[in-house]
Amino acid sequence: MATTPTSTPAPKTNRIGLTVLDYRGGKTTLCAGCGHNAISERIIDAMYEMGVPPERVIKPSGIGCSSKSPAYFMSRSHSFNAVHGRMPSVATGAVLANRRLIALGLSGDGDSASIGIGQFVHLMRRNLPIIYIIEDNGVYGLTKGQFSATADLGSKLKTGVINDLPPIDTCALAITLGATFVGRSFSGDKKQLHAMLKAAIAHQGTVMLDVVSPCVTFNDHEGSTKSYKYMKDHEEPLQDISFVPSFEEIDVEYDPGTTVEVTMHDGSRLRLSKVEEDYDPTHRINAIHRLHEAHDKGEVLTGVFYVNPQAPTFIDMLNMTDEPLATLPESAVRPGREVLEQVMEELR
Amino acid sequence: MATTDIALHQDSGSVERKRVVNNMSIQVATVNGSGSQSSNTVLLRSIFQMGVPVSGKNLFPSNIAGLPTWYTIRANKDGYIARKKEIDFLIAMNVETAREDVMSLAPGAAVLYDEPLKLDALRSDLVFYSVPYDKLVAPVCPEAKLRKLVKNMIYVGVVAKLLDIEMGEVEKAIRKQFAKKVKAANLNLAAVQAGYDYAASSLTKRDPYFVQRMNKTAGKIIIDGNAAAALGCMFAGVTVVAWYPITPSSSLPETLIEYMKEHRVGPDGKATFAIVQAEDELAAIGMVIGAGWAGARSMTATAGPGISLMAEFAGLAYYAEVPGVVWDIQRVGPSTGLPTRTSQGDILSTAFLSHGDTKHILLIPCSVAECFSMAQDAFDLAEQFQTLVFVMSDLDLGMNNWMSDPFTYPEKPIQRGKVLTKEDLDRLGGFARYKDVDGDGIGYRTLPGTPHPAAAYFTRGTGHNEHSQYSERPDDFETNMDRLNRKVETARSFVPAPELMHGDKAKIGIIAYGTSHWAILEARDQLRNEYGVETDYLRLRAYPFSAAVEEFIEQHDRVYVIEQNRDAQMHSMIKLDIRPELVTRLRSIAHIHGLPLDARSVTDELMSMEGK
Repeated sequence: MATTPTSTPAPKTNRIGLTVLDYRGGKTTLCAGCGHNAISERIIDAMYEMGVPPERVIKPSGIGCSSKSPAYFMSRSHSFNAVHGRMPSVATGAVLANRRLIALGLSGDGDSASIGIGQFVHLMRRNLPIIYIIEDNGVYGLTKGQFSATADLGSKLKTGVINDLPPIDTCALAITLGATFVGRSFSGDKKQLHAMLKAAIAHQGTVMLDVVSPCVTFNDHEGSTKSYKYMKDHEEPLQDISFVPSFEEIDVEYDPGTTVEVTMHDGSRLRLSKVEEDYDPTHRINAIHRLHEAHDKGEVLTGVFYVNPQAPTFIDMLNMTDEPLATLPESAVRPGREVLEQVMEELR
Repeated sequence: MATTDIALHQDSGSVERKRVVNNMSIQVATVNGSGSQSSNTVLLRSIFQMGVPVSGKNLFPSNIAGLPTWYTIRANKDGYIARKKEIDFLIAMNVETAREDVMSLAPGAAVLYDEPLKLDALRSDLVFYSVPYDKLVAPVCPEAKLRKLVKNMIYVGVVAKLLDIEMGEVEKAIRKQFAKKVKAANLNLAAVQAGYDYAASSLTKRDPYFVQRMNKTAGKIIIDGNAAAALGCMFAGVTVVAWYPITPSSSLPETLIEYMKEHRVGPDGKATFAIVQAEDELAAIGMVIGAGWAGARSMTATAGPGISLMAEFAGLAYYAEVPGVVWDIQRVGPSTGLPTRTSQGDILSTAFLSHGDTKHILLIPCSVAECFSMAQDAFDLAEQFQTLVFVMSDLDLGMNNWMSDPFTYPEKPIQRGKVLTKEDLDRLGGFARYKDVDGDGIGYRTLPGTPHPAAAYFTRGTGHNEHSQYSERPDDFETNMDRLNRKVETARSFVPAPELMHGDKAKIGIIAYGTSHWAILEARDQLRNEYGVETDYLRLRAYPFSAAVEEFIEQHDRVYVIEQNRDAQMHSMIKLDIRPELVTRLRSIAHIHGLPLDARSVTDELMSMEGK
C-alpha cells in the first residue's frame, strides 16, 4: 500500500542550482509575434543552460522597442535603459567599474546604425567584454515605422515608400573595426540563435550579433526584406552551429573534414559544421568579403562570420587590477600622506 | 592695506620718481609657439622665490604657432593676485602687436624692445630700453636654430638687472625649469647672463619699479588649477575617468594620468583606475554614468561645448539618479567663442542642464586649493545625492599658475552614500529603489553584481514609481519629481557653504564667485581706501544656495552680484531663489570680454552705480 505521499518532482535546475524561472523577466508589452520576444526567450534559455549567475549580468540598452526588451527577461539582473544610441558608452563605464559583470547590451537597428553609429563604431574598436545584440527589423517601431539604416535597398514600407539608400551591414562593420565574435541570426531560427548565444557567453571580448527580428506591425508585409516570409525564403546559413560548454563532460565525435572547431577562451568549443566549403571563421578579410558577396547575391547570410577567441580585451589593455574598481577600499584608492607631501615639495 | 601707492606719473625723464617696490605688472608680448613660456615661468618663479606674492596669466590665442600671445606677471607685496588692468613694464617681443601694445600703455610705463623695432619713436611719455637681441644671442648660442628660443632668456636677464631680481634665484628657477636637462639649463643661463651684462653695461635705470626680497611666499607652492583638480581627484579616490580633449580642460585628465600612473598602481603592478579617452563628450559622460551606476567614483572634464553635448545624459543621471563628477573648465561661449579665454558663462545652463525640470549641484572653486578640496566634496556629494555634481572652474583658474599654501591631506573618510550590500538585503529582504525612507529625498541603491536575488532594479529614464517600475501614472510622476526636488533642498545644507567677509558696518553687499574672488578682494580695499566705502562680501561656493545667501541679501541695502558673463547668470539664479521683496536689492555687474576680471573695473563700475 502506498502510504507515503507522492512528492512533486523537484524542478529542473542548472549547474548553479537555479531553475529556468529564475531567468524570467516581466510580462512583455511588445506586439504579439514580435521577433524581439523570441530573442528574449533564447537569452533566457542560453543563460540558464550556461549556468550564468543572473546577479552578475547587466542589461544596458538604448531607446526603442529592442531596448525595452531587457524588462522581459532576467529580472534578477540590473538593467539600464539609457538614452538613444548611447548604450555602448554606458556599458563601457559599467564594465570598467566592475570587470566581473557580464554585459548583455540590447540595441536596435535605429539605435545602433543611425543615432548610435558613433558609439557603436568605437565600442567595436575597443574589444570590450560585452555581448552586443542588435534586434534588427529595418524600421523604427516606436515612432511607427520609418526606415532605419539597415533597411535594404529597394525594400518597401507599408505606406509604399521605397528605400533608395544602401543598408549599413553592422556585421561587416563590426569585423572591420575589431569586434572578435561577429554573427548574424534570425529570431525565428531557434536552434542557430540558441547555440550562437551560448558561444557568445563563453567568448571573452566584444560579441556583436545582428539578429533579424521582424516587426509584425510595421515591416512584415510583401516588399519588406525583414519579414518572416522574406527571411524564410532568403536566409542562407553559413554553418550548422553547435556549442560544447567547458563544463560539459560528455562529448560527441565530430568530423574535422566537415567541421571547424574553435576553442573558446574558457575552454568550451564552438563547432561550425560547414555548409560552405573552405569558410574559415578566423579569417577577417574573407569574412568581410563573403558578407559583401552575400549582399550582391541578395542572400541574408547567417552564422558565425568571424571569431578570434584570444585577442586582448579592453580590460587587458588598461592593465586593470583584478578586483572591481567600484568596490576597492579607501586604502587602495587614496594615496598616503607621504605622497601628498612629496608632490607638494615638488611644487615649491 | 595700501592700494594707492602707485607711482605718481611724473615726467618719465626724471630719475627722481618715487621707487615702486614689489607692486607692478610685467607683460611679455610675444608670438605663440616662440618658446617664451619657459622664460616667463623662470621670471615668475624668480620673483616668487624672493618671497614676493606673484601671479602669472597667459593670454593666448586658439592657435599652435604664429599668433600674438601675452603673458602677464603681477608681483604685489599686499598679495593681490588678480589681473591688473594697467601694464607697468612691457617686454615687446612681437613685431605685429608692438605698436598697439606700446600705444595702449599708461604714461610712465617702461618698455623693453628689440632694437631694430625703434619703438622709442612712438611716444615720449614712456621709459624705453632697447636690446639688440640678435647681437646678444649669437655668441651664447652657436646653434642657429635654437636662437629663437634662447633669445627669450635674454629678456629675463635684462629684466632681472633692471628690476633687481636676484640672479641666484634666476639660476635656481632655471635649474628647476630644465630639471635634468643640464645642457639646456646652462645654455639658457648663459643667455640670461648675457642679457644681465648688457643691461649692466649699456642701460640706465629710469623706471621706478623694483623687486625686493620679502617673506610672503615661504612654504607656498605654485600650481595651475587643472593640476590641483587632478591631484584632488586622485586623493578623492576616483576610479573611472572618461574624457575628450577640449581646451581648457585637457590638461586636467592629462595631469591626472601622470599622477595616477605614479601613485595609483597597486602592489600587483596593476592600475586601481581606468582612464579612457572617449570618442566624444557624449560617450565620455555616458561612460561616467555607466561607471557611476555600477559603483565607481567616476568623472570627466570638459568645457562649455562639451557640457552642451552632455545635456541629454545629464537629465538621465538626474532622473535615474546616478552619481558622477563633471569638471567644467569654463571658456568663452557661445559656440566656439573664444576657446582660449576665461569666462563664467556656463553657470545658468549647467545648473539646469537638460530638458524637463532638472537641477544640478554646482561647486565653484576660486583657488587651486579649492580645486583640490572640492574634488573630494564633489565625489562625496555625487555619491551621497546619487546625482551629477559639476565643478565650475574656469580657464583662468585651470590653466594659469597660482601660488597657494600647500594642500592639506583629506581627513574626512570617503563617503559612498546609501548603498545596500548583500548583508543589508539579507536583513531587509528587499528594497524600493526610489522610496524616500529617510525623508531627505534620497533613496537606497544597490550596485550591479551584488549577489542577492533581490538586488536588481531596472534603471530607466522613463517615468517610474518607487520600485523603479515603468509608470505613466500622474501621481507616481509627481511624487517622484517632488522627491527629486527634496533632494536638491537637502543639498543646500550639504554643499560647501559660502564664505563671508565683513567690512565695518557695511550697507553694501557684494556677491561673487570663482576666480572673480581675487579682483573682489582688491576692489574692496580700493573702495575703502579710495572712497571710504565699506562692503561686506559673500563668496558663493555652490548651487543650490544655502540659507546664508538670502540672509546676506536681507542684511544689506544693496547687493552687487559681480560675475564674468554678459547676462548676469548668477544674478538671475539668485533672483529665482530669494523672496520676491528682496529682489529689488540686487544689482548686477556682469561683463565678458575674455580677460580675467580686474579690481579697477569693479571699483569704477560699482562707484558709478553708487552715483559717485
